[in-house]
Amino acid sequence: MAAGSPPLPSGKVTIPFYRDTRIIAIIVQIVFAIAVAALLWYLYSNMMNGLRQANLLPTFAFLSVPSGFPIAESVIPYDPSMTYGRAFVVGILNTVRVAGIGIILATILGLILGIARLSDNWLLRNVALVYVEIVRNVPLLLQLIFWFSLTRLFPRIQESIDVGGLLFLHNRGVTLAWPQAANDFDVWMVWVYGGIVVGIVYYVVRRIQFARRDRPGVALPQALLIAFGIALIGFFTTYFAYGSWPVSLSIPELQRFNFVGGITVTNSFAALLVGLVIYTAVFIGEIVRSGILAVSKGQREAARALGLTPGQTMRLVILPQALRVIIPPLTSQYLNLTKNSSLAVAVAYPDLFYVANTINNQTGQAVPVILMLMASYLSVSLLTSLFMNWYNRRIQLVER
Amino acid sequence: MRKQMILVLAGLLSLVLAACGGQAQQAPTTAPAQPATTAPEQPTAAPPASPAPTAAPAATSAPAGGTPAQPAAGGLIERILARGTLICGVNNNPLPGFSSVDAAGVRAGFDVDFCRAIAAALFDDPNKVEYRPLSAQERFTALQTGEIDVLIRNSTWTLGRDGNLGLDWAPTTFYDGQGMMVRKDSGINTLEDMNGATICVQTGTTTELNLADQFRARGLTFTPVVFPDGDATRAAYDAGQCDGFTTDKSGLVSSLTLLSNPADHKILEVTMSKEPLGPAVKQGDPQWFDAVRWIVFATFQAEEYGITSKNVDEFLKSDVPEIRRFLGIEGDLAKGIGLPNDFAVRIIRHVGNYAEIYDRNLGPNTPFNLPRGLNALYTNGGLLYSPPFR
Amino acid sequence: MATEVSRPTSRRAPRQQIGLIEWLRKNLFSTWYNAIITVILLYLIFQTVTSFVAWMVTAPGWPAAFTNIKLLLTWTYPVEQLWRPQAAMALVLLLLGLSSGLWGGIVRMVAFGAAAVSVLLGFVAFTFPDLPGQTSLPGWLFMFLCAGLLVGGDQAARWIGVKLRWPLIVAWLLSYPAVILILRGGLGLPIVETKLWGGLILTLILAISGIVLSFPLGVLLALGRRSSLPVIRIFCVLYIELIRGVPLVTVLFMGALLLPLFLPGGESIDALVRAIVAVTLFSAAYLAENVRGGLQSIPKGQIEAARALGLNVVQTTLLITLPQALRAVVPVLVGQFIALFKDTSLVVIIGLVDLLGAAQNIVGQPEWLGTPGGVWRETFLVIAAIYWVFSFTMSRISKRIEDQIARSRH
Repeated sequence: MAAGSPPLPSGKVTIPFYRDTRIIAIIVQIVFAIAVAALLWYLYSNMMNGLRQANLLPTFAFLSVPSGFPIAESVIPYDPSMTYGRAFVVGILNTVRVAGIGIILATILGLILGIARLSDNWLLRNVALVYVEIVRNVPLLLQLIFWFSLTRLFPRIQESIDVGGLLFLHNRGVTLAWPQAANDFDVWMVWVYGGIVVGIVYYVVRRIQFARRDRPGVALPQALLIAFGIALIGFFTTYFAYGSWPVSLSIPELQRFNFVGGITVTNSFAALLVGLVIYTAVFIGEIVRSGILAVSKGQREAARALGLTPGQTMRLVILPQALRVIIPPLTSQYLNLTKNSSLAVAVAYPDLFYVANTINNQTGQAVPVILMLMASYLSVSLLTSLFMNWYNRRIQLVER
Repeated sequence: MRKQMILVLAGLLSLVLAACGGQAQQAPTTAPAQPATTAPEQPTAAPPASPAPTAAPAATSAPAGGTPAQPAAGGLIERILARGTLICGVNNNPLPGFSSVDAAGVRAGFDVDFCRAIAAALFDDPNKVEYRPLSAQERFTALQTGEIDVLIRNSTWTLGRDGNLGLDWAPTTFYDGQGMMVRKDSGINTLEDMNGATICVQTGTTTELNLADQFRARGLTFTPVVFPDGDATRAAYDAGQCDGFTTDKSGLVSSLTLLSNPADHKILEVTMSKEPLGPAVKQGDPQWFDAVRWIVFATFQAEEYGITSKNVDEFLKSDVPEIRRFLGIEGDLAKGIGLPNDFAVRIIRHVGNYAEIYDRNLGPNTPFNLPRGLNALYTNGGLLYSPPFR
Repeated sequence: MATEVSRPTSRRAPRQQIGLIEWLRKNLFSTWYNAIITVILLYLIFQTVTSFVAWMVTAPGWPAAFTNIKLLLTWTYPVEQLWRPQAAMALVLLLLGLSSGLWGGIVRMVAFGAAAVSVLLGFVAFTFPDLPGQTSLPGWLFMFLCAGLLVGGDQAARWIGVKLRWPLIVAWLLSYPAVILILRGGLGLPIVETKLWGGLILTLILAISGIVLSFPLGVLLALGRRSSLPVIRIFCVLYIELIRGVPLVTVLFMGALLLPLFLPGGESIDALVRAIVAVTLFSAAYLAENVRGGLQSIPKGQIEAARALGLNVVQTTLLITLPQALRAVVPVLVGQFIALFKDTSLVVIIGLVDLLGAAQNIVGQPEWLGTPGGVWRETFLVIAAIYWVFSFTMSRISKRIEDQIARSRH
């Protein structure tokens, strides 16, 4: 494509005429590589000199030392007697948690927003437009700080707003009743795993059948239905066999300081999630909108001519086709959301960046911490885009 | 896209490996505190962005009466004198009594007075200080990277920081201990009452670590709410998002004045830790470290002799040999640490002795009215003790 | 007559005259569910607007933002030196006015918009003359002067004509260093340390520095990525993807922690310089991808034709492909500038006090402790409005340019 146009890197190597492009190309590359390597070596040796003087040579030994600092929330068990390495993992998982939930919610809200922007209802269309224009022109960090400050306006935990005894709103977050494993949970879990296995077997068998007959077909909904059905049967069977439900509802109860039971979504997490979802949904909404607009008008007219309702047209004709256009830019929005979650530090949510910052502060090991931090974000980005690429290929396949 | 990402990862991985490799080779040399660290730093030209000296440095560093300072060539003292100002790291959040900015934009407080004392010793002018406000998280990095000359930001001296962070601590200027503030109506009287409580604490501090230790030792659980910013931590406690707020007791006393309703809160009796707060400098310039150390000692010694900013001129006429040596009238003791011989006089005249500094910022005539406690001279049952000036 | 404002002259489809009732039925109540949506939305809008207005009128915290307007705009920039930001602003506006007269079109739209805003702000400043941080030149007078410079520059440039073209381009190129010189000092002006800078000035300087300084780097990276030389290509790909794979805060963090270590000697690097370097390195990767998009949109025939005419590779790139590519990506670059303008708020995390940082500091001032609920809502609303006005205006400009380019293609 650009074979005939090797642009020179800069004014450094300028050759007014050329006879053998290949030799010149090789020379240019060698010079470039040496220059880059020399620069990197220069920076590296300066850094090592400085660190040696400060008695701070980089080492990863601190990873196995107890961290001693607490982390407000964690998906896996963690306390200050555990290592810095563990603390770092807690940070990664917290980032994954907020990014994962955020991506799902932002997609849903974005989809609604994109469709609303194209609605034939004038009011809805313009409300959506106002929302988009407000949100995307204000920095995300400001929005996060706004949402976080907003949580202060809720009452203190002792005077929580009680919604039916199941949901409590207070300035430390939201506490809600949550299912909890009861005595016979293990019995039911056997049913659940059984259901999953049967579902997978069904799915694989159907797929092989489709492949043999060389015909397209849908197996996933039935497989899910089977797995779900078996789990449901097991749920009731366990009840009748043991006389109690395998899962009970844990009702939050206000103790002296905090709620016990149920689950509490902290205000930090809530503010971060709401901020990220509202912000990212705007961009997803615009992608959905242009994706829908990219589907030719004839498709819509044909669908309507066949007697499909507007809802059916959207669901069965427009969206599946729009998806093809939507996926690549959607991937970069998902990555943006993940990267933006690093602003958690402003709302005291212990994400990866926050924990890494604290580790650096306690150990003084800036270089290893930064390397680990960047490697982690790159891996998360890589995994997300791998998954989305896989999904994109699948969509294209179904499309034929 | 995917290929590129893999390439990137591969590149990064090799960087990580390189860093590991580098560490493995150099590991043995890090263990002992080798004399190599004291080798003079490369004298280099200031980068273009660094502040150009606005005033003529030579004129300001010429002492009034004493012998000229003899800073080591290429040392930090020489660079500070050439620059014309001392860069002093202080707290970015207002901590009334220690470091805060008044309505007229003037920075004042206990920590600030020690910045001024160092500037007075170096320049005979306590105002030649450039304050760099720093958060708890940035402070040590700022010192390590040479962004500041000295850090006087209520920073606790610990073995870990002294060793691992590559810093050196001058004598403690304020003996503090970690305390806990709670609401009066919460019914909390001791730490044991706080099982299951939510506690606000600032990250990047020793208090964060002590809190965890103290609760673990007592077999109590707690939920931390950790902010990188002191203001945010206090605001969260004020809004009732935490049941307790922990930091150094001096910090609590000072924060109390910033709460929306100070009368609703109290500070528990318990002291959770030792918090010796003092100036810190970057490791590797022993002369500068000595200078800061003896500047602090000079304030103690002045109080011990009863020399104040008011009567210092009378003491200059004294014929007691000890006092004459201390004030630099006899001998040339200060030369060895790169300070002018009359540095103690400069400090006392411009900033005062320790008692004056304490009373001005924290004493009975301030809203804090903190008793001296451990921060009294050893002769009064405190811990302040200066080695002899001879 | 030196310039001509391009306006679409095509006729619109004849408009159907429909009555209000008909319009309502068609646009709000076409189906039963549209009717429900309309009713719910009307209720929500009514609720939101009335409670918002009620709050606006009664909110106690407005003085926090308005008495501290000097902090929001310039942070701790010395009051007696405030004429310097004013001079810098006047310089830029004069150049804008001259450009408006010379090039017309969108530039004129921007210039006259800015003039209108200046006049408006002038009246506001005139109404509240007692705000702190007053300079020797009253705020209202300065704002009117700005409007005068814009309009006057426009008229002057029209009068002078195309002769002004090259001097003006050179002046624009020199304006960035000139503004920095005016603000920081040197050459006889007293130095104002960058640690005193902050507020909106800092936000603008970071964003403008980011885009201006990353431009050459970004273009080189884009060309490098399309190069046929594998070493250069791999280096550019690595750089671009590495930076794009990590959040800006980590790059800022790296700039703050590692940059001082990379350089020899112990002296410090200015915190603002570190932030600018980080923002530039970050922005360059994104700019490179945008420029690459532009390069890819150039038909291959252009390159082949250029080579056939005997231009060498460098000439082809500099004279044929790059100018076209850059022209095509102007709207995207404006978009990137908006993103950067908003993203610079992240420097709060590494301790610089930009517009957002100034607002956070104001909210924490002890004098607002007594205000019930605090003053954060009012203060944040004011700075949100400032951010919004800037980025909304720029996005409109970007849209206009895009439309213009699209039109000129057909």
